[in-house]
Amino acid sequence: MQADKSRESLLRKPMVQTLLASLICIVLGLLVGYIALLIINPSGATDAIISVMKNFWAYSKPEKQLKNFGCTLVTTAPLIMCSLSVLFAYKVGLFNIGAAGQYVAGAGASLYFALALHMPWYVCIIAAMLAGAILGAISGFLKAYRNVNEVISCIMLNWISLYLVNTLLAPVKNPTGKDTFTLASQNPGAQLPSLGLNTLFNQKNVTIAIPLAVLICVCIWVLLNKTRLGYELRATGLNKNAAKYCGMRDRYNIILTMAIAGALAGIGAAMLYLSDFEQWAVTQASVPAMGFNGIAAAFLGGLNPIGAIFSSYFIQHITRGGANVDMNMYCAQISDLISSVIIYMCGFVLFMKQFMNKRLDAKTQRTKKGGSAA
Amino acid sequence: MMLLLQYTLIFTSVLMLVALGGCFSEHSGVINIGLEGIMVFGALGGALVMKYLSPGVGPFLMIVITICAAMLSGILYSLLLAVAAINFKADQTLVGTAMNLLGTAAATVIVKAINTAADSANPSSEIMYIEAKKAFVMVEGTEFSWFMVLAFVLLIASYIILYKTKFGLRLMACGEHPQAADSVGINVYRMRYAGVMISGLLGGLGGLVYITAGVSAWKFENGVAGFGFLALAVMIFGSWKPQRIALAALLFGLFRSLSNVYTGFDFLKNLNLPSTVYNMLPYIISLLVLAFLSKNSAAPKAEGIPYDKGSR
Repeated sequence: MQADKSRESLLRKPMVQTLLASLICIVLGLLVGYIALLIINPSGATDAIISVMKNFWAYSKPEKQLKNFGCTLVTTAPLIMCSLSVLFAYKVGLFNIGAAGQYVAGAGASLYFALALHMPWYVCIIAAMLAGAILGAISGFLKAYRNVNEVISCIMLNWISLYLVNTLLAPVKNPTGKDTFTLASQNPGAQLPSLGLNTLFNQKNVTIAIPLAVLICVCIWVLLNKTRLGYELRATGLNKNAAKYCGMRDRYNIILTMAIAGALAGIGAAMLYLSDFEQWAVTQASVPAMGFNGIAAAFLGGLNPIGAIFSSYFIQHITRGGANVDMNMYCAQISDLISSVIIYMCGFVLFMKQFMNKRLDAKTQRTKKGGSAA
Repeated sequence: MMLLLQYTLIFTSVLMLVALGGCFSEHSGVINIGLEGIMVFGALGGALVMKYLSPGVGPFLMIVITICAAMLSGILYSLLLAVAAINFKADQTLVGTAMNLLGTAAATVIVKAINTAADSANPSSEIMYIEAKKAFVMVEGTEFSWFMVLAFVLLIASYIILYKTKFGLRLMACGEHPQAADSVGINVYRMRYAGVMISGLLGGLGGLVYITAGVSAWKFENGVAGFGFLALAVMIFGSWKPQRIALAALLFGLFRSLSNVYTGFDFLKNLNLPSTVYNMLPYIISLLVLAFLSKNSAAPKAEGIPYDKGSR
């Protein structure tokens, strides 16, 4: 009886419910991916889904494992920042679909400062932060003063920034391809310092971006939960009118929130492009998916800054794992399929929690009745 | 000049169809951010039919079957949004975003699987339909297609359905004040399903029109390159009204085609603007217009809010 009660109260904890709901989303996402693989070719499906989940463990040599683990981490840092950007805005009641555009602005600013102006890395990262913040603040301003829905203005700004950045970076394009120059060839000083992490992972692109991203997560958690500003922002998110009634500056808070969210996404872009892991293709015709995946990671992590670290890692883990499937039968996009199903399932989290609570309520009702009868 | 006219008309048709789809969904009270994904699936359905149907069936049947396939796959895909948003009260923006990502990912996986199965040396995500596409062309050697006529007919039909029929007026009531609509015996859930499914139908068709615009093969990895979002802008610019959506689509279509063919005009070429400027312009214009007009927005009042019978 006692044990039963403690189990029940554990299930009632919002933390546990969130974790459970996220796990259900992941399992369902993987299940759909597995079914898709089975339909395409039943013979190799099990191997394929295992290699997606294993990622770097699929390699036998430890050095190779470490190197691929490093690669996964390099792409994890920007995703953590994008998901932070989304969840920070969501706590204040704003849906920052513009993380994608703010990420693009950050990429443009950091690469322009690095390649065209030959600035050191810390200037580039600040430029990226400011670019993202400005873009976010525009959406915030339009929302606060002009009553423009932030989702719509963000979508417009996503595309505007994509075309702007393509134009901005055209002069620093490598003439032999469609990508920008590598940092190593033009301005090694713009690469993020690695403080020995690159030798540890035997992967030259592993930099301080990863510890920095984790540190920023903790800062955001403190800001949201332990400061006056965080309290005000959350209050605005829970009930805008009540917050205004209490004398909180709702318009100022909206603009500030979007600016911070934009800055986070901007830093995220700098973390990827200043690690020289990837170059910007100036002819790309669609907004990079990183910002949209940030939405996935934010919701999968239960809208918690610390949860975002794990969910971001998980998404990049399976994305990189997707590259390991047998290319004669399947394609790497199977991981995109899985992660998009996971985001879709995240929409049902609210329903899952309600369902759990309802079941628990019914159970307590039953035990109560039984007790009074005896 | 002729080229500009052709491209403007074809892009206008695409944007108008998809924006009208969004209009139906939003008037029923469901925000449809997932139009992009719906377009991809409509395009996929149409492209597969064009690939496998032998050209021997004749142009008329070809047109009818392809269009039906595109509409049907659009409707099926839009059910993902309907189930989540209407039955499970999910966050509509989140689900829509997921649908956009899922659309491109799933279409790529499907097409690549088909291509790899046919020839393991060909892992591309491209479908070709050179022969089949000829059925849609109205005037030989140009891009004038039957889709333009169809889009115009559907525009008039949308106007009549929304404003002149019992169904349309009820649909709009569900987006303005669902509780009031329910109190007079309208099934809000069913109406919202209808709204989302119509948006799937029109969005799917729009996707098909888009991938046959000026090309006869499509790489599904690229999705539909943001046209679903552009259509969303058209819908807002057209303040949720079919007749204004048509005008907005014309304006946006013009700018979009200018980015393709502006080099053909001497005075535009002399301005020496990069083509990205023409790509950007529609978005900048709609953002500015939103900034000046949103104070008294024409958006349906209850859009984005899940309908709960018990709330008041």
